Order: sequence, then structure tokens, then C-alpha cells
Amino acid sequence: MAMISARFGIRLALVVAMSSWQLGTARAAETKVSIDNFTFAPASITVKVGDTVTWTNRDDIPHAIVSAGKFRSKALDTDNSFSFTFTAAGDYPYFCSLHPHMTGTIKVE
Amino acid sequence: MSGFDHRGEGGVNRRQVLECMTWAGTGVLWTITGGVPRSLGLVESANAAEPTGLTFLQISDSHIGFDKPANPNALGTLEEGIAKIKTMPIKPSFMIHTGDISHLSKPSEFDDAERIISQARLDVHYVPGEHDFLDEDVKLYRDRYGRGTKGAGYYSFDANGVHFVGLVNVVDLKAGGLGNLGAEQLEWLEQDLHGRSKSTPIVVFAHIPLWTVYPQWGWGTEDSAQALDYLKGFGSVTVLNGHIHQVMQKVEGNVTFHTARSTAFPQPAPGTAPSPGPMKVADDKLRSMLGVASINFKRGQERLAIIDTPLQG
Repeated sequence: MAMISARFGIRLALVVAMSSWQLGTARAAETKVSIDNFTFAPASITVKVGDTVTWTNRDDIPHAIVSAGKFRSKALDTDNSFSFTFTAAGDYPYFCSLHPHMTGTIKVE
Repeated sequence: MSGFDHRGEGGVNRRQVLECMTWAGTGVLWTITGGVPRSLGLVESANAAEPTGLTFLQISDSHIGFDKPANPNALGTLEEGIAKIKTMPIKPSFMIHTGDISHLSKPSEFDDAERIISQARLDVHYVPGEHDFLDEDVKLYRDRYGRGTKGAGYYSFDANGVHFVGLVNVVDLKAGGLGNLGAEQLEWLEQDLHGRSKSTPIVVFAHIPLWTVYPQWGWGTEDSAQALDYLKGFGSVTVLNGHIHQVMQKVEGNVTFHTARSTAFPQPAPGTAPSPGPMKVADDKLRSMLGVASINFKRGQERLAIIDTPLQG
């Protein structure tokens, strides 16, 4: 069910983005990043302005997502999620503030 | 002496055992497979020879609140560790805790940890782990353990002629980097050591290892070289860390590095698993991979004797 609605959401977002760009009510896409084995997967993704990225921690250890000056999550326990909606284009490098060797990038176009 | 790493559990061959035995002659005792009676025996004989020696304990990584398959009862195993401490034939002078007291920095987790650890009836000197700074306002650790400390919780004290320095290397971590001491703390350390007699034995303790154990997993401290540089002239330096949930030891010149077991769950040896996450082992093996350490210091010896005692041999 979730899969279907997510897919529908993406399709809808594309349609809305193409047809009613000016309305400002566009339902943007949601992209998922999973945290598994102390790794962001995928570590590098490209999204559109207005899109939302949701990180979900699948590890038995908490992680926290920080992009300096841009966004910062609370510590995410197992299966907890954090979402951020990107409203400006640019590169957003981020890392885990508990385990800084874990890094990723969101490219917003 | 050139540096080399030792690992407890499994990967220890006969040659490594002999190397460790050699260290015993120079003051480092390290039980590898020793059960409880043997370890206590070593503590006893080490103390019997020099009753005025200083003995203190190290516990680490209690992770109170952790309830995942690697150990659903981290509070229970901490309790077992403290019970073991209470049965030691020689009462230690105090205890140090090298961080990750809690798993998620919840007040209840700190409360539970305090309730159990206080049963040892010993003074406890804490340094924080990264799991102790996860509350929204980042204030619970400071409120509870940070009295009289500087910065995020560093400080020093003296006991029996040994100078102890507790450092914090779990804040202000930089993307792609390792543990971090920071300029302010390093400056304080330089001042703290300044003018001290070079014959003063120094014990430095911090959560993340102050030597590079395995950077791929973040097991090291970005600017530890600067700290070690300040410690260069001292005859005896012992560095005690946690974070990696396993015993590792390395000797480099005047410095002995040592990491302690966790009382909560084991982590894999470097590079032997896809990640450093909690390692699930057979239930009957878990307690052989958790434990506490006791450290004995006797005047005139170059190095402190460190004995790691598993909860179950």
C-alpha cells in the first residue's frame, strides 16, 4: 500500500510539476535514504527543489544527520526517520554527527 | 619498542600470548583468556608485593538503554560487572568510566546507570561518550557529571602521585573525520602538564581511542598527535579508552595505549564485519566479551599493570 501511494505520489508530483508549476502547491517527490551498517544508502542523490528526503536508521546504534548550517536531525534510534524538504538548489554535504566517517551528499537542482 | 596491536578473544595465537607474557616482566599484565579466579589472583599478587600501590578500575560503554539482540539487558550486565568489582579482594581507590554511560542520553538511562554504578561505593571519574550528548539541549551529562570540569567536561586530578587527565573527544566532530579534542582543550592540556615533573606518571583517559585503531570505522582521534606531543617528555604515560568495545593494547615508546571492554555489547574486530555495529554472539559467549579492567600502579615501575577481567571467563 505504502509502495503504491509513494509511486503514485511521484507520478502525481511529476504531473503537477509540469502542469501547474506556478501554483506553488506542487506535491514534490519524496526520496528515501536508508542508514544501514554505518552507511548512507544511496550516499549521493540528486533531487529537485521542493523535494523531501527522508533518512531512516536501520542500525542498532543511533545516528544523527547534520549538514553544517543547513539542517540537523535529533539522534535517530533504530527505525526512526528524519525528513528535510529542500527549498533551494545547491549541494548539501552531510554527515553523522556521532560517527563523522559516515558522509553523504544531496544535490538539489 | 615498535607498536603492535593485540586483540582479546579468538584471534590470539601462541606467539601473541608469549609477547603479552613478556610485557608482564616490564609491568604490563594482561589476561587474555583468563577466567575470573585467575584474574583476581593476579590482582592479589600484584598488590601483595607492594601494598602501597594504587589500584583503580576502568569501566566503559555501559550503554544503559540498549535493548537490541546483541544484549537485550545492558543494565543486567552492568550490574554483573559492578558485582564483580565488589568481590575484588583489594578495594580499588576509585573508578573511571570512559563514556557511553547511556545509549540515548535519556534521564532514565542516566538514573539507572547511577543506581547500579553507585553500588560499587567508589568515587567515579567520568568522561563522556558520544551517546551521552544526545539529549535535545545537550545538558544532562554536564548537569550530572560535569561539575568542576572545563569545556564539554575535561579535567585533571592527582592520586598517589599519579596525574590523571580526563579528556573529551566526542564533540564538534567534523564531517569525514575522527574523534576531536579541539584547540581549546589542547591548549588547556598543554597548560595542565606544564611545569610538571617528567617523572610524574600520567594517566590519560577519554572515550574514543587516542591512537588510530581503524580510521575506516572512525576509531581514532583527529588531533591526538598534538596531545601526545605534550606527553612526550614524561617517563610513564598510560592512555585508557573505550568506544570500541574490545580489548586492544599498543605500546609506543613511553606510552601504553589500552582500550577496555564494554559492559553492554561487543563490537567486531576492525575490518572483520561490514560495520562496527553491535555484534551478536551466542548467548553463552556474551559474558566472555564484556567486562571491566583493573589498573595497578607501583612506584618505580615504568608501566601500569592492566588486567582485563571478563564478566565470565
